[in-house]
Amino acid sequence: MRRLLELLLISALSLTMAACSTAGKKDEEASAEAEGTATEAGMLAGDSEENLSKRVIYFEFDSSVVKSEYQDVLTAHAEYIAGHADITVVLEGHADERGSREYNIALGERRAKAVQQLLTLQGVAQKQLQVISFGEERPVALGHDESAWSLNRRVELLYSGE
Amino acid sequence: MLLLKKIITAVVVYIFTSQVHAALTIDITQGVEGALPIAIVPFVWEGNQDLPEDVTAVIRADLQRSGRFAPVADEDLVDRPTVGSKVNFQTWRVLNVDNLVVGKIVLLKDGNYQVQFQLFDIYKAIQLAGYSIKSSKKGLRRTAHRISDIIYEKLMGVKGAFDTQIAYVTVIKKGEAKTKLYKLAVADSDGHNERIIYSSIQPVLSPSWSPDGRFIAYVAYARGRPELYIQNVYTRRTKRLTSYQGLNNAPAWSPNGKNLAVTLSKDGNPEIYILDVETSKLTRITRNYAIDTEPAWFPDGKGLVFTSDRGGGPQIYQVDLGRRGASGKVKRLSYEGSYNARASISPDGKKVAMVHRVDDAFHIGVLDLKTEHMTVLTESNLDESPSFAPNGSMIIYATEYDNKGVLSAVSVDGRARQRLSFQKGDVREPAWSPFKTR
Repeated sequence: MRRLLELLLISALSLTMAACSTAGKKDEEASAEAEGTATEAGMLAGDSEENLSKRVIYFEFDSSVVKSEYQDVLTAHAEYIAGHADITVVLEGHADERGSREYNIALGERRAKAVQQLLTLQGVAQKQLQVISFGEERPVALGHDESAWSLNRRVELLYSGE
Repeated sequence: MLLLKKIITAVVVYIFTSQVHAALTIDITQGVEGALPIAIVPFVWEGNQDLPEDVTAVIRADLQRSGRFAPVADEDLVDRPTVGSKVNFQTWRVLNVDNLVVGKIVLLKDGNYQVQFQLFDIYKAIQLAGYSIKSSKKGLRRTAHRISDIIYEKLMGVKGAFDTQIAYVTVIKKGEAKTKLYKLAVADSDGHNERIIYSSIQPVLSPSWSPDGRFIAYVAYARGRPELYIQNVYTRRTKRLTSYQGLNNAPAWSPNGKNLAVTLSKDGNPEIYILDVETSKLTRITRNYAIDTEPAWFPDGKGLVFTSDRGGGPQIYQVDLGRRGASGKVKRLSYEGSYNARASISPDGKKVAMVHRVDDAFHIGVLDLKTEHMTVLTESNLDESPSFAPNGSMIIYATEYDNKGVLSAVSVDGRARQRLSFQKGDVREPAWSPFKTR
């Protein structure tokens, strides 16, 4: 019921194009309460913009744990996406070239799902997010060393309608 | 915009049916001490024109590549008999040559060729095999591979696997760095006679042969995300099998040809399922919160091995299949090393090849299921996708050489090794075909 109210609130607000960030914050607060998690809500507008410009989350080898340094980045994205119900975001999971290809595709999916979970916990509707894994098929850095690998172990947030 | 892009990429899927002769070089990177010396006298050819295919050279290269034979170099042949009756065994004994092959090729009136050959044991002074094979002009290369198979079987006591094929994926960068062309190709086991059966600007991976060698299952991102396809190798006819939410990956054809073991994540995370190819009915095999993927069948069809990180890092596990696919107990197989993945089971079901991490390098390891001993077969890094030859003698795999993806093959004992380099692009994900049935 609360979830339904939230959704109604969000769509009503975005329809009137009013105060997007407020909607995001409301949603986040409601969600934080619902999930029983303590999310820090206070954030300066400038920080938020800078955080929103960061659209790649990097991972350790064979890990899908989202590092704490990305908490603010993902909170900013969660607020923004939750505040724009018409937005959909593709979460593209990737891995470095080491190990086997199919395992890396599974690993890329788990990374993208870890990001997805953090976003939905902060109020983003499930239907706004789509998870696709490319494993090691789409590297951004082409070397065969850690400097390249660390850039390839990633989840990219790809906004639609931009 | 993204949606539009997706629609466009879905449309831009090329299917090539052309025959391409890839420029291929094979480097023997490690020979075998104690390989069997064999003399192959150039087959006699009395035609007016050049023989369309150097049959002797194909046979010699086949035997050399296996690591089991040391063919005598052409210039070291002391005698060049054309038929068995002219063989002087004493001459060859002096050279320490164990076996001798002689042959003759004749052009028939109907435009076909008759290829005759005889195989001798020098020390016993007896003929071990003698065949006369009729061949079309186009089929001469294949005839040469069949002769290699006969020689191999007579002398090794194991069926040869020269007259087989390999499937693999090539990736060529197009123009601007970000666009790539992915091709799924099939070639003879020596890399010749390449045919592209599927081509796309989206990733293609994980080819798996049907046991009759007529179909290949694979994963393609033609519509922007992984989906499972099967394709007839000869007619090129393609069918999309599954398109569930999430992963539709890692197909492995069952020994009876009726099912595919696949990885789907539609129920939340990657799990192994058995998919009935005819009815698309699914039977779930694994139930675990961890990644379960890369299934491979035991040859009796009664069990699978797969990669799972349920214990922390990726390791190889075995699951028994009950009747109607009901799954039995799961048992961990690999213990040595922090990373073991992408298993391939030997045709006799006794060995499991896998990607095996040693320190910071990824090699191909082979686990003996009886002794539980792991042997590291390769010394290069970034080795992946091992696939057994249908006779179990060699393992083909993908590796990195000179900043390029290349294929290599290693004998199961690790003693013989060779690299297959294609001129263009990266080559990866080799899958050795079953024995030919056509």
